[in-house]
Amino acid sequence: MANKVYFEDINVGDEIPSWIKQTDFMHWNRYAAVNDEFVYIHMDDESGRNGGNAQGAFGMGNLRWAYLHNMLREWAGDEAEMKEMSVQYRAINQKHDVLTCTGRITEKKTEGGENLVRLDINVMNQDGKATTPGYAVIALPSRG
Amino acid sequence: MSTETAAAPATLITQALKDSLNVWSAPEVSHPVDCSDLRKWAIAVYWPDVPPKIFWDEAYAKTTKYGGIIAPREFNPFAWPAIRPADRAPRPAKRGVGERTMNGGQKEVYGVPVRPGDVITSKTALVHMEEKVGKLGLTLYKSTEMRWTNQKGEFVRSRISISIVY
Repeated sequence: MANKVYFEDINVGDEIPSWIKQTDFMHWNRYAAVNDEFVYIHMDDESGRNGGNAQGAFGMGNLRWAYLHNMLREWAGDEAEMKEMSVQYRAINQKHDVLTCTGRITEKKTEGGENLVRLDINVMNQDGKATTPGYAVIALPSRG
Repeated sequence: MSTETAAAPATLITQALKDSLNVWSAPEVSHPVDCSDLRKWAIAVYWPDVPPKIFWDEAYAKTTKYGGIIAPREFNPFAWPAIRPADRAPRPAKRGVGERTMNGGQKEVYGVPVRPGDVITSKTALVHMEEKVGKLGLTLYKSTEMRWTNQKGEFVRSRISISIVY
């Protein structure tokens, strides 16, 4: 994945390509293994219900955090640089949810020698519910 | 261990929490970051797709501006400590009021990337707490700040995360 987008080529209001992933235990268990995040509510339906989710075990917020990075990385390429990101986890990632990461450019500016782009980001589920609203700031390479 | 049948506490803000407010932890030092850690992390977060080469292919990574393999920005070098910190001790499957937690959100600022061989030092502090009664009952929102530096003293990452305790 070489460079994919230059600062001069994007505009405020542009939507970036979405990044889609259906998740279940195959994804959660792998993430638990690398992040050392073996928490019963992500592994066991009874524990998930005990935790307040009637549908049982549910996915990690941290994994959605990673998916948003994946979306931005796929769009911007390896020469870009993530500077800042913030989200709120507003809804649960249920088993077999189809998660669609989205991003829309809200600002572009040059500051401190860097070409910075700010985006509103989110993770939508298959019902159109916004589960993870937030923003990201990423530095893009210039054609100049 | 408390259970669900135990009487709900009047507050989840304990004296220990009050005492820890704005007190920075002793530094936690990671094991050296290994290429294998980064490859496995990338596989997990891209599963079942092939992850980007910059996380596992040194020949390709050398052609990028980074000049070598780097970690995914969200990579956690503090997973799998040989000696487990008290706050990551095993927890029971069934928890009572004040023992259940969820991730409320986070804000992170990134500095230099993490690379193979790096040793990361972390300090954390509870910086804010607020109690409310919501749909989960008595709920405590804890904000924790974390700061990471590498072995050269360079800024790697900061985070403010919100933990929901209910």
